[in-house]
Amino acid sequence: MPRYLLSVHVVDDDAREPMTAEQMEHSWQEINALEAEMKAAGAWVFSGRLHDADTATVVRVSGGEILTTDGPFVEAREHIGGFYIIEAADLDAALGWASKVTRTISAPIEVWPFADTAGG
Amino acid sequence: MPIVEEAKIGRIFREESGRSVATLIRIFGDIDLAEDAVQDAFSLALRKWPVEGLPPNPGGWITRTARNRAIDHLRREARGRELLGQVIEGEEEASGEEAGPMQDDRLRLIFTCCHPALSTEVQVALTLRLLGGLATHEVARAFLVAEPTMAKRIVRAKHKIRAAHIPYRVPSEAELPERLRPVLAVLYLTYNAGTSGPSGDGLRQEAIRLALAIASLMPDEAEVAGLLALLLLTESRWAARFAADGSLVLLRDQDRTAWDRTMIEEGHAVVRACLRRNRPGPYQIQAAINAVHADAASIEATDWSQVLALYDQLLAVSPTPVVALNRAIALGEVWGPHAALVLLDDLDLDDYHPFHAARADLLRRLGRPTDAARAYARAADLAPSDAERAFLFGRLDEIGPIGSERSEPS
Repeated sequence: MPRYLLSVHVVDDDAREPMTAEQMEHSWQEINALEAEMKAAGAWVFSGRLHDADTATVVRVSGGEILTTDGPFVEAREHIGGFYIIEAADLDAALGWASKVTRTISAPIEVWPFADTAGG
Repeated sequence: MPIVEEAKIGRIFREESGRSVATLIRIFGDIDLAEDAVQDAFSLALRKWPVEGLPPNPGGWITRTARNRAIDHLRREARGRELLGQVIEGEEEASGEEAGPMQDDRLRLIFTCCHPALSTEVQVALTLRLLGGLATHEVARAFLVAEPTMAKRIVRAKHKIRAAHIPYRVPSEAELPERLRPVLAVLYLTYNAGTSGPSGDGLRQEAIRLALAIASLMPDEAEVAGLLALLLLTESRWAARFAADGSLVLLRDQDRTAWDRTMIEEGHAVVRACLRRNRPGPYQIQAAINAVHADAASIEATDWSQVLALYDQLLAVSPTPVVALNRAIALGEVWGPHAALVLLDDLDLDDYHPFHAARADLLRRLGRPTDAARAYARAADLAPSDAERAFLFGRLDEIGPIGSERSEPS
């Protein structure tokens, strides 16, 4: 079954009002319910939420040496805030899950097929 | 022995290849394999048919031959032999299915080609290539881009279909409204691409055939019916659109006895059904406008106030400069050329040749030959086809030497 990465794109935006505790709670319930739905349908493989992008660290090889620097790798206002890895019969099924995710968390979702799954 | 000309085989290819490619994609699930096999089958046809004559069902012959070629090809590779086992099993299962519009492979294929995960330009290009049987250089010409650019675009699109598993099926009821919009746009663009170029007839017929198939699949979708009626009514005038020398003939000057009455009747029936449904949309309104023209025995007998009312409606649902231009032309027929010219002067369509042609016509009728000639010359500069240029130069000549003398580009 093809696998897809659904990455959640968040924008660093200081101006946005922080959520109230109540809103946060409501949002978590919705996200948990969706994840339970994914698991029940056999679509869920893995998912996770990430800390802010400024907690990331970049490691690379430079002149044969390992060079470690403060991240993120891409200096942009948009970062990956979290992701799902799902199994779906085809792109339409994957887009169906992505539509549910974007409705729940109000952030754009990028749907990206894995290259190494059966039939991929 | 019957002589089958190469040109005739070429015509059969354009008419039949879409169906064959679609069927092979269903059987083998691989676009490149399907295209190569169909291409091979036609190469064989080019050698065989001129000698042996046409088979009773050329399209069926092509599909069968291509299928056998594809199987031969798969037998030669290890991975192919594995796939082949699945294919034969799948075919046996599928053969019991009822044939109907849902089973039309071309319909599945057009929903794949017009998937919203692909850009509009790629959707049209894939549809023309896979369903219209156009070669890459012909698709490139229809889009005014270089052949290597188009080739790269098509290769990338096919790769995305495979890698992302864009499905090969007719969408579910719930998905249909969203998925239908790009399909209708692509069919309309395909028809338009068929109004010029050597593969024009095949493209226009393919657009109409697909519109018919989708309309029978989705009898409740008013805009599908609207598009079908629009294409039928436009096509009904095809034979009258060109003079003996190949130049364009305007609606007002067309020999209306050359219009295809059968197609007009078909188009009218669809428009009437749309009116009863009363859920108007852009395609239905354009079809209704064409139905008014088809009803009129002459340009003078045309119910222009009805045409104008329909354009008012069209402008309300799709407020584009091109619609505004056509509405202004209709308004000119009701209220005179001066009123239309005032409206035209507000439109930002300087790169659109019909704008200058319409302006030239209004100026000519207002007795301003010098300005008219300048506008005809500008329109001819921008016109994309020889037929249109020939028509515009003809008009320029009619105005006479005063006009053409001063029509040098400034």
